[in-house]
Amino acid sequence: MLNVSIYRYNPEVDSEPYMQDYQVDTQGKDVMVLDVLEKLKVEDPSLSFRRSCREGVCGSDGLNISGKNGLACITPLSSAVKGNKLVIRPLPGLPVIRDLVIDMSQFYAQYEKIQPYMINNSPAPAIERLQSPEERAKLDGLYECILCACCSTACPSFWWNPEKFIGPSGLLQAYRFLADSRDTATEERLANLDDPFSVFRCHGIMNCVQVCPKGLNPTKAIGHIRNMLVRSAT
Amino acid sequence: MITTVTSLGRSGLSDWLVQRVSAFVMTAYLVFIVGYLIANPDLNYSQWATLNSSLPMRMFSLLTMVSIAAHAWIGMWCVLTDYITERLIGPKATAIRIFFQLGMIAVTMLYVIWAIDILWGI
Repeated sequence: MLNVSIYRYNPEVDSEPYMQDYQVDTQGKDVMVLDVLEKLKVEDPSLSFRRSCREGVCGSDGLNISGKNGLACITPLSSAVKGNKLVIRPLPGLPVIRDLVIDMSQFYAQYEKIQPYMINNSPAPAIERLQSPEERAKLDGLYECILCACCSTACPSFWWNPEKFIGPSGLLQAYRFLADSRDTATEERLANLDDPFSVFRCHGIMNCVQVCPKGLNPTKAIGHIRNMLVRSAT
Repeated sequence: MITTVTSLGRSGLSDWLVQRVSAFVMTAYLVFIVGYLIANPDLNYSQWATLNSSLPMRMFSLLTMVSIAAHAWIGMWCVLTDYITERLIGPKATAIRIFFQLGMIAVTMLYVIWAIDILWGI
């Protein structure tokens, strides 16, 4: 039997959060953490968590699993269980709505700030704006972000200043549009980032790189933004 | 774009660049001083005083002191804006943060002035 400890908090009933212990029979199988949660949900319908695609694409089930942020649906027990114990908490740093469900408004507000859409005011061509294979290749490692918030909520700089620091996820997306040959708002985008918080509160801790379930590297993207700012301002 | 008035350069890029350049200057000074001490194991006071009263050494020392001041200003400002916030300590945070920021700036400037007095008083 696997010992599972889960963060519980229902603000309508509980005065403060607590950890609830469960025992789950996984029949020795190396199932995913989400499978364990689903099994527990059947036993205890009051347990709340987000999930959707169950294959690491939608980014709904970002959780703090045995101390490390990750997606429950693609995290096998073999990589999360320590000493026959699995500890599941909500992603840290954002307000808890209930149990494992967090309020991601602040995360999305930062995403909105970087204008996550193509800006190009030149007349649209008849069919589409073309890119060379080399230009397109620059977007690899950037466009794959699924906005699960595992990285930003693992970042101490985001914990301390979530309303001022864009966070690794938002900055990865910011660079995705800065690197896009079809976008023409580079100077405007850079001007919006040149303050002591938005980009420069990143101190290269690299928790974001360690936890990204898609294997992306926000710290590298932030480095590219810094280089672009240096080139533009010196 | 976030506005700041107590950061050193008012710009993230400027502070970032100053932090790197000042770190380089401090490292160069440390390497020079350690190298000098190793190269002169029988160093006496007059030798040390001659070194430190020469104009190039005074300028190098002052440059290092200004680098330490700038580096500390930027670093302390980051620490204060990370930990003395309304999010962490409540509504009095702004007043407390301004108090510490201005105190840190005053102390830093006093150290630089004191360093000039010491260096040119040798």
